Amino acid sequence: MAGAGQSQVLRAGALLAPAYVWLTVAIFLPLSAMLFFSFLSAAPFTNADWHLTADNYTAFFARSLYPYLLGRSLLLAAVVTCLCVLIGYPCAYVLAKQIKGRSREALFLLIILPFWSNSLVRIFSWAIVLRGNGILDHALKALLPFDVSVNLMFSYTAVVIGLVHSYLPYVILTSYLALEAIDDSLIEAARVMGAPMRTILARIILPLSLPGLASGAVLIFVPVAGSFMEPRILGGRSGTFYGTVIEDQFVAVFNWPLGAALSFILLAVVLVILGIAAPLQRRAQ
Amino acid sequence: MTGMNRRFVLGAISVMALSISAGLAQSAEIRVLNWQGYGSDEAWAVEAFAAKTGNTVVHDYFTSEQEMLTKLRTNPGAYDVVLINSAFTGQAKAEGLIAKIDTSDMPNVKDLAPNMGQNADLAPGGEVYGVAWTWGVTSVTINKDMVKPAPDSLAVLWDAQYAGKVSIRDDGVEAVQIAALATGQSINDIKDMEAVKGKLKALMPQVKAFWSSESDWNQFFAAGDFVVSTFWSGGAGRSASKGLPVQFVVPKEGALGWLDGLSIPATSKNPEAARAFINYMIDPEFYVKWAASGAPSSANNKAAAALPDTDFNKVTLGDPAVVARVQFMQPLSDETRKAYLELWQDIKTAQ
Repeated sequence: MAGAGQSQVLRAGALLAPAYVWLTVAIFLPLSAMLFFSFLSAAPFTNADWHLTADNYTAFFARSLYPYLLGRSLLLAAVVTCLCVLIGYPCAYVLAKQIKGRSREALFLLIILPFWSNSLVRIFSWAIVLRGNGILDHALKALLPFDVSVNLMFSYTAVVIGLVHSYLPYVILTSYLALEAIDDSLIEAARVMGAPMRTILARIILPLSLPGLASGAVLIFVPVAGSFMEPRILGGRSGTFYGTVIEDQFVAVFNWPLGAALSFILLAVVLVILGIAAPLQRRAQ
Repeated sequence: MTGMNRRFVLGAISVMALSISAGLAQSAEIRVLNWQGYGSDEAWAVEAFAAKTGNTVVHDYFTSEQEMLTKLRTNPGAYDVVLINSAFTGQAKAEGLIAKIDTSDMPNVKDLAPNMGQNADLAPGGEVYGVAWTWGVTSVTINKDMVKPAPDSLAVLWDAQYAGKVSIRDDGVEAVQIAALATGQSINDIKDMEAVKGKLKALMPQVKAFWSSESDWNQFFAAGDFVVSTFWSGGAGRSASKGLPVQFVVPKEGALGWLDGLSIPATSKNPEAARAFINYMIDPEFYVKWAASGAPSSANNKAAAALPDTDFNKVTLGDPAVVARVQFMQPLSDETRKAYLELWQDIKTAQ
């Protein structure tokens, strides 16, 4: 009996080992290295002398620019997440509950397809569409009877559009899985009892699919808060965000320690926000 | 077969194997670290060099000088030739990233213009750490169909007529130095930082977008996003040869001059082949052919003289009066670089 238990533990250990080794090598070690860097006075592979310091963290508060841009990035993340949820959740509902069979697979493919392309390619495609005299501009001019001129390129709006498009599949996929799992007979029962559609939505569908929706929202919020490539390409002169000043530290002035410290401050703030949101989400369930 | 015989055959095979590997060692693979599309990776040049010496050339690219230094620091032994701007050569030397170059087997070195070949940053104390390759200026480039008449002053960037039609590189150092020129200061010794700050603040409402790479610049220019922008003389030459209506202007306030050198990393495994490649890079034969598709000015006097009279570089930078207005960029300390970046971030955010 004891022998069987032991062999089971061993087997579980053997099965889990690759995952843990991978987590250690690919996530834990680089992150620890960056955490270490963030407490240094200079990157250790320059020949400048370095010592341990907390200056990089105090630097965040010494310049009003960093807190301001962090707020700006968090607001951007909130806007993009809200838009993704507003667009993605109804899409997922229609896919999970209204469409059956082969056409669902085809629609799924259409949602996933852009996701398989390189993110840089997607952003440059948006640049072609959004620019004045671009595809959107020409299409609207051809369709509308009155004279319009659309030039969304190099604006906050362009950044939001590019990011929403990039991250929309996350919320669709996670919401779809949660909605798919809801037993149709629950909805039918409610309907038999005479519940109107909005009651069914508020009392059955939304609460039951909330975990999926919430994990999709988290998957979007976190990377958007640190995004730098989309703002740089689509934002023009309004494209300065927290992610781009972190990038500056690594690329323009080779100040890895400050870049690392700014990244960990972002991580900490995001974790605090998620920590506040977690009990609310649990209560909703 | 007897044991003696077998040993003899094995010995003969190993001798053959040794001589084959020695033959292979002579045709080395030279790994070059450079900006993408910057001369050394021209397909015809790589082929011609391989035909001449048997050495193959492979490239890796960087998108900023800091990335180049990072790659040298983190990948020892990975590169044989690296392009380093003269403002960074001293730093790379101080960090032990590049080696002193023995130019005795490089016949083209004697033809370099003295002020560049013996530039104090590339060859401190006469010891060559970077072989002067190309030089050029950063200045104002206009769309000659839209901006008439051609301006003779940097003030065109601040001209209300072109509000929302201006671009500048997203680079703190360049922005600060352009503003220093516009306020009549030396780019290497800026005394009145407040004037620079005020000038850059006034520039922001004019700007449509920032460019960061040459392909950005061409794309934005072709799409009509801006009609006047800072740009590199070499880049403007390439854009002109592609048929874009660009005109490069060296205004009366001056321009930012730069000098690029080719260096050999201290960890290079093929320094001899690297020297042969650098010698080919400064050869007039290579330069004249490269210049036909748009190249910066060559540091080699003989190569520059061999250009046709219609060449972009001969036309825009050939006049000694223009060259006299150019202020060559000197190395910047990390603190200055950091201060310029912070000023630039503040200005971009505060608009």
